[in-house]
Amino acid sequence: MNLLEIKNLHADVGGKEILQGLDLTVKAGEVHAIMGPNGSGKSTLSYVLAGKPGYEVTQGSVRYEGKDLLELAPDERAAKGIFLAFQYPLEIPGVATMTFLRTALNAQKKRRGEAELSTPEFLRLVREKAGGLGIDQDMLKRAVNVGFSGGEKKRNEILQMALLEPKLCVLDETDSGLDIDALKIVAEGVNKLRSKERAIIVITHYQRLLNHIVPDIVHVMAKGKIVRSGGPELAQELEACGYAALETEAA
Amino acid sequence: MPAVSETVERVRSIDVDQYKYGFVTDIESDKAPKGLDESTVRFISAKKNEPQWMLEWRLQAFHRWLTLREPQWARVNYGPIDYQDLYYYSAPKSTPGPKSLDEIDPEILKTYAKLGIPLREQEMLAGVERSNVAVDAVFDSVSVVTTFKEELKQAGVIFGSISDAIREHPELVRKYLGSVVPITDNFFATLNSAVFSDGSFVYIPKGVRCPMELSTYFRINEKNTGQFERTLIIADEGSYVSYLEGCTAPMRDENQLHAAVVELIALDDAEIKYSTIQNWYPGDAQGKGGIYNFVTKRGDCRGKNSKISWTQVETGSAITWKYPSCILRGDNSNGEFYSIAISNGHQQVDSGTKMIHLGKNTTSRVISKGIAAGVSNNTYRGLISSHRKATGARNFTNCDSLLIGDKCGAHTVPYIEAKNASTVFEHEATTSKISDEQLFYCLQRGLSGEEAVALIVNGFVKDVLQHLPMEFAVEAQKLIAISLEGSVG
Ligand SMILES: Nc1ncnc2c1ncn2[C@@H]1O[C@H](COP(=O)(O)OP(=O)(O)O)[C@@H](O)[C@H]1O
Ligand SMILES: [Mg+2]
Repeated sequence: MNLLEIKNLHADVGGKEILQGLDLTVKAGEVHAIMGPNGSGKSTLSYVLAGKPGYEVTQGSVRYEGKDLLELAPDERAAKGIFLAFQYPLEIPGVATMTFLRTALNAQKKRRGEAELSTPEFLRLVREKAGGLGIDQDMLKRAVNVGFSGGEKKRNEILQMALLEPKLCVLDETDSGLDIDALKIVAEGVNKLRSKERAIIVITHYQRLLNHIVPDIVHVMAKGKIVRSGGPELAQELEACGYAALETEAA
Repeated sequence: MPAVSETVERVRSIDVDQYKYGFVTDIESDKAPKGLDESTVRFISAKKNEPQWMLEWRLQAFHRWLTLREPQWARVNYGPIDYQDLYYYSAPKSTPGPKSLDEIDPEILKTYAKLGIPLREQEMLAGVERSNVAVDAVFDSVSVVTTFKEELKQAGVIFGSISDAIREHPELVRKYLGSVVPITDNFFATLNSAVFSDGSFVYIPKGVRCPMELSTYFRINEKNTGQFERTLIIADEGSYVSYLEGCTAPMRDENQLHAAVVELIALDDAEIKYSTIQNWYPGDAQGKGGIYNFVTKRGDCRGKNSKISWTQVETGSAITWKYPSCILRGDNSNGEFYSIAISNGHQQVDSGTKMIHLGKNTTSRVISKGIAAGVSNNTYRGLISSHRKATGARNFTNCDSLLIGDKCGAHTVPYIEAKNASTVFEHEATTSKISDEQLFYCLQRGLSGEEAVALIVNGFVKDVLQHLPMEFAVEAQKLIAISLEGSVG
């Protein structure tokens, strides 16, 4: 069964149509990359999937695990396993990262009717997941994303993803603003999460990230639609020729 | 249902089912006739078997009160209060004064159990959380029980109802009552001086560190009854005490008046830590009912090196008019005010502090966090002043406001008066909003709208929460979450 099935999706933001008939099908176990020029609607797609208020779907359908996704509230989608790694993660002053992680995990567990983790169980789990991402105790005590460097913010997103164990991960330009070492750490973190049960959509502007997270399928997005799909070689081609050729194709 | 309309829906139901302390206890009570004149004052004094000096003190206050008018300067709005349409005294019939637990109306014990305040000492000892807290429970106007009296007595600490103290320790009461908040102080304090019915009294002798937290739980039950408690805490030289008060009331359609006075006196090298969790009934979603909380709280750092700190978590009441203050009289004395004031629905808060620097090298610190949601109004009003002779006075004030939604208001009204050239007063203020982006980030991680707001607000008030005794901080955190339910949308 398809994990995610988007058909002819149209969506408005601020009264303007941004997604203009997008189709995309993702199966569990697959890693998809969505590439495209700035302003093509990549972040909009991720927000529509996560259910951000203000992103109005005007036509088309999105099915997730065979059910209508669009009727669910954002927190329900999260509990059902949809995770968005934000392009610009938000700051929450005064709330320790550790507290945030725990609140989020427990909120999801509660909603799924699962038992909450005890404090020692939780601490063990966080320590295990954080270690691999080079996140130390000190960082976990700091307020969520407050004063974090760009790299720290992105690693924090991946930590949340690792902890929440979603079924569908959408990574919005997780590579932007990262130096090569940070990029490798993040990519390694993502690769660890590749599994048969999980699908990952990597949104990126550059081909660079895809050397480290090798996708099964690459899509090119322009003007609110997927205009081409192919294997990893498509990313190489784009790197060589640029998006300009595709934009004419889409028009 | 999309999150936004769902939460809008919840906003509509923020009243009745949400205020979980809103039940009424069915007990018989002994009341003074409705209305206020000299005979009411005499009635109250006689009920309490007070000595003549106390009656005269009350009458003096009463005559003064007749000449006063209600203050109008606060940023709050309410219709006229008919002072003749209130009861000024109501006591549970079966218990005219604090007695052993076995004599207390079981309904009252049940009430406190429902509120989560165990009054039986063995139950308290069994519950690890609060085992080191002595409680004075005040039901309507009367103190119904004080726990751990014996243990405290061994340490020389006097803790009980002020009615008892007037009879048993007249020398202390006469010396200190009205010495911080004089009977002429203000309309509500003067009214309280005339008709106060009970409250707590604490005396910590020289050099004693009070062996446990002391606390008073105030409960308004009776209809149309004003509650006027009077609290007096004296920390003698070199002593220390931490005191906490909690307040709840049933839901009633009419507004109820609560005009308390709290006086704190810290002598040389003494320290008083006073914490409040105020959760009086705030009124319903239309702004009907709720407590008018018009309270005068003042501490006098009378001795050198003395210290008084106020920590308050104000979540309830329809209207809050309250400025816990410190008079920094002793040299090197220190005053602190840590406040979390939350307003939701139609609540109105005008609260803050006064730090009056009189002695040399006196210091004070004010951290205020105001959170406004719904269509509420939340004002911080603070006065920091230094006297001509207060060389080396220092104050640091930080006032932050957080707005939830766009129909509420937050205001900051700081007054600063420095009469000594060496004074250093610093003031910082910020106003922020919970952004939709921040909320969405939390929702995307699986938090509900309410959980998200509670989390963000708890982060916002962290600097103040850490000044509460541990077990009360946990309670306060929960209360913050409850009082903001339905505030997103
Ligand atoms: N809140 C908004 N109001 C109006 N237009 C918006 C809003 N957010 C995004 N857009 C527009 O939508 C288009 C797609 O944006 P976005 O999805 O962020 O693209 P990408 O992530 O591919 O760079 C852009 O033209 C952008 O200006
Ligand atoms: Mg983008």
